[in-house]
Amino acid sequence: MARLNTAQLFRGVGRYGVLLALLALLLFGWLRYENFLGSFNILTVLRYNSMFALVALGMCFVIITGGIDLSVGSTAALGSVVAALLSPYGLLPGLLGGLAAGLAVGLINAFVIIRLNVLPFIATLATMLAASGCALLLADNQSVSVSYDTAFIEIGQGDFLGFPIPAWIALAAYLAGSLVLNFTAFGRTVLAVGGNEDATRLMGLPTTRVKAAVYILSGALAGLAGVILAAQFGAGQPIEGVGWELFAIASVVVGGTLLTGGVGSVGSTLAGVLLLGLIFNILNFENGLGWISLSAYWQSVIRGALLLLVVAIQARLVARTEESHA
Amino acid sequence: MTPLLSMREIDKRFAGVPALVSASLEVGRGEVHALIGQNGAGKSTMIKILTGYYTKDAGEILFDGRPVEFSSPQDAQRSGISTIYQEINLVPYRSVTENICLGRERRRFGLLDWRAMHAEAEALLARFDIHIDVRRPLMAYPTAVQQMVAIARAIGFEARLVIMDEPTSSLDEKEVEVLFDVIRQLKQVGVSVIFVSHKLDELYAVCDRITIMRDGRTVRVAEMSELSKLDLITAMLGRELDRVLHDAAAHRAAAASQDALLKVAHLAVGRKVRDVSFDIRPGEIVGLAGLLGSGRTESARVVFGADRAEAGTVDFGSVHEPAAEPAEAIRAGMGFLSEDRKLEGIIPDMSVRENLILALMPQLARRGIVDDARSREIVDRFIQRLGIRCSGPEQPIRELSGGNQQKVLLARWLCMNPRLLILDEPTRGIDVGAKAEILNLVRELAGQGLGVLMISSELEEVVEAASRIFVLRDGRSVAELTGDQVSEQAVMAAMAHGHDQPEEMAHG
Amino acid sequence: MADTATTLPPARSQPRLDPRGVLTRYGAWVALALLILFNLAFTPNFATWQTLNVNLTQVCSIVIVGVGMTLVIATGGIDLSVGSLMAIAGALAPLIFLGNLFPLPHPYVGIALAFVVPVLVAGAFGWFNGWLITRLRIQPIIATLVLFIAGRGIAQVMTNGNLQVFKVPEFQYIGLGRLFGLPFQAVLMVVIVLAAAWMLKRTVFGRQILAVGGNERAARLSGIPVVSVKRRVYMISGLLSGIAGLIVIARNSAADANLVGLGMELDAIAAVAVGGTLLTGGRATVIGTLVGALIIQLVRYTLLANGVPDAAALIAKAAIIVLAVWVQRQGRS
Repeated sequence: MARLNTAQLFRGVGRYGVLLALLALLLFGWLRYENFLGSFNILTVLRYNSMFALVALGMCFVIITGGIDLSVGSTAALGSVVAALLSPYGLLPGLLGGLAAGLAVGLINAFVIIRLNVLPFIATLATMLAASGCALLLADNQSVSVSYDTAFIEIGQGDFLGFPIPAWIALAAYLAGSLVLNFTAFGRTVLAVGGNEDATRLMGLPTTRVKAAVYILSGALAGLAGVILAAQFGAGQPIEGVGWELFAIASVVVGGTLLTGGVGSVGSTLAGVLLLGLIFNILNFENGLGWISLSAYWQSVIRGALLLLVVAIQARLVARTEESHA
Repeated sequence: MTPLLSMREIDKRFAGVPALVSASLEVGRGEVHALIGQNGAGKSTMIKILTGYYTKDAGEILFDGRPVEFSSPQDAQRSGISTIYQEINLVPYRSVTENICLGRERRRFGLLDWRAMHAEAEALLARFDIHIDVRRPLMAYPTAVQQMVAIARAIGFEARLVIMDEPTSSLDEKEVEVLFDVIRQLKQVGVSVIFVSHKLDELYAVCDRITIMRDGRTVRVAEMSELSKLDLITAMLGRELDRVLHDAAAHRAAAASQDALLKVAHLAVGRKVRDVSFDIRPGEIVGLAGLLGSGRTESARVVFGADRAEAGTVDFGSVHEPAAEPAEAIRAGMGFLSEDRKLEGIIPDMSVRENLILALMPQLARRGIVDDARSREIVDRFIQRLGIRCSGPEQPIRELSGGNQQKVLLARWLCMNPRLLILDEPTRGIDVGAKAEILNLVRELAGQGLGVLMISSELEEVVEAASRIFVLRDGRSVAELTGDQVSEQAVMAAMAHGHDQPEEMAHG
Repeated sequence: MADTATTLPPARSQPRLDPRGVLTRYGAWVALALLILFNLAFTPNFATWQTLNVNLTQVCSIVIVGVGMTLVIATGGIDLSVGSLMAIAGALAPLIFLGNLFPLPHPYVGIALAFVVPVLVAGAFGWFNGWLITRLRIQPIIATLVLFIAGRGIAQVMTNGNLQVFKVPEFQYIGLGRLFGLPFQAVLMVVIVLAAAWMLKRTVFGRQILAVGGNERAARLSGIPVVSVKRRVYMISGLLSGIAGLIVIARNSAADANLVGLGMELDAIAAVAVGGTLLTGGRATVIGTLVGALIIQLVRYTLLANGVPDAAALIAKAAIIVLAVWVQRQGRS
């Protein structure tokens, strides 16, 4: 029976732990601060974090297959530059341009990892540098202003039904991602590849194609995040995106996805992003109360500590599950 | 009626070395067929050729009367041949349903129809009287259920022939019974099964016919009911029953007088080791015999501190509990030659010299700096003494032949001057010449007072070398053979029946 | 008896002139030589002290961190926290010698402590990485991600994110001083590289590092203290990151917790990869890491000196990394 309980616990923590933590944090904020759940605050948090959410979604798919994608940050930067350059031609060219830039980086990742058989870590480290170089070249080493004559900035700054458009985009992406992961053969194969690649291959499933697809997907989502970045801040930012990849990895891991692959949930990843994002928000409110003065820099420390807590719990659970199966 | 499967005169060579020589295998419809043989006898090569993992050099395969040649395991699966591997080849974190339905998902409006797939998985499992929540991850269930899931997957693919490669190695008795029920049900619906196992009782319990392989040949095909256990083991090991090879009486007598060097009592680890006891005196070679999966290696690993014991005692010199780490056992004077040279022995990128002095290095060093002159001297001495053929001490060990790698690993322990050496399959995968050299060396060392625990699947080897043999069966010590009792037929009899000295071993 | 051929004739390792082998083994050196020759021929004023100084000071901190990274990678691990540990050391040192942390009896005491304490603190954090990896069995990439994120935050919190500007020549000797006409930091780098190369080759610890990376299970069964080897390796990586952090702030006469060591983990890993260390562990060359860092730096310098924008150099760097790792793979298959 111990085995069943461990597995249940594992599932519980993996699936609901982060959600509970998120709810607890929201409750804490609501009780402690005025206006915490006020629409302005929440919408700002959502608008700002939608970019990270998109990047983390792609990372989630990659990590589920047991891989890693370090190039997402500079891919987003590249996407933002391309989108900004194309923004004078309208909303659609800007959007598609940024998306295409991300798609291209994803394709290169897939090629280097699968065809050249280079470790994902190193392959995406290289494309991270290359994408960053391309972004700087295209932008001529400075931010590229977005055209305000077209509807392009709406992607980042506009609202729809009183809700920020970037948040709509992220929401749609997560719904689609969740649908793909849970209700398509592709999604289930992604999970199977990460769980046991050899077994999956022996089951006759297209492991190579699925692995290529997740890197391409991750690139495209990073490109999309770049489009929102450009539209939200009114400029393509070639040097933005530093450290995004590791923030995304942290969100995915905090969301209960195993870094060894095979287990993961799209919804929990979103909760992970929001949890890490809200910590910053709470710090601001806490300082606003005037009781203590914690600098904004505490957010990284707290994020790191949170990550540590999560992986430590995960490590214990994994170890116990393995023990009970020995 | 033609047999379902007929493999005839199959030849296969690997790099010129024959692995299969005119081997054959015939499985009837609705028949449970045992395939048995020692390591390297060719049974896994045979199965891999059938499932398209390897291509044969010669011979023909008829499946359902038609000649076939599969290009991959998937190809074989599509034609109705499913394989259930020893290490369950499923995805533990995923749900039971997914593990059954991956690769032939049900769709509705383009999306997966989970309700239909759950229902299908439940229906498939219900055929084996298994009623579980198929939505939960596979790893939430015991191994036996996982095994059933693997079988259900195979059936779901409309398998007509299911190959089970040691399916019971991680099951307990009750779980094995459930598996057997499933096999009998498969039989009833006309599915054939190839059953690979080393546990004789199981073969007799469930199989109809048996094919015994040895040295890449099919040596015996028989009805299970007409073959005695002793005949089976004899055919498998290739020994004549009346042949008694044993002449180590001299050093046995000398050893008998001394106190035990190592005393192991009532050891238990997981499912594989339930109650193992044995002892070794200085200068004595003790054999640990038993079929694969009897718990030989697992027991030895605990003695060396590589795994943790759950119960039992290990007395070695002044130490009265099992070592917690290999380093501890080594300090106490033990050495351990692992059965898996590649995975647990050599460090492939390092030279012969460095592999040889790996364990000795801390002692060779002065203030943490390796004394190269002394290390070279020692390495040269052992290269010469063991006749290790290499271009020089600096040659990377991965370039050496198996036999020479093994000698280097043996030298790794000998240069430590151990009091006890555990040899797990010391002659596996090495050529005849090197084999003889290694065995002679072990005897010589025992003559100088070294205690040796020897595990080998080659019965002849153990009987020749050892002065006492402990026989294990399903994780329990079932017999201790000493003096004139040591003979191949005695060992085989103990492996087969295991009740030679029940009183003595029961309380150890 | 066995399924595989085991009766191969004893292999003779003749001096093989297999082009692939040569390429994998000496590729980095050849590339470095070609780069230098190219520059001698085409780049004006290349063969000058100034060029040497510029290039050396650019690579010093990368190489010092890269040495620690080489050792970590040799055990089959990775250390993402190096940049953040540099920031911590870099933030701590000025706090100490400026007397902001505790009153100083004498300025020189502060300077002495400013050399020792930050490095030890960084080393302790490195040991913590090793502890996470060996005790909690967290994968290295995630275990060190914790300090990658939190470490810079700690540095920022310590300084409240403020730039600490200073002018303390005695302290800044580590970044700006000269020994025998060479930058002191370059001398320090060479000493560290040689010491680490010697350690890897000649000491028990060095060989145990490679044994752990080459075959962890075999190493354990041979009595090698795998856990302590790993912890020490991460600690060394921390210590060296601390030293690199001090060099960077001394060179800049300022410590900015937001910037010190930013992206260093990637530069160091790139240098290790290009230098020919096996990224899966078991084979490592510290000198190679030095060569790798020099190649990356020289390519950038060459491109810049010949009018190619800095951004394009990033793309070249990416290509070098992929090429180096790919060549390594070819050599082994």
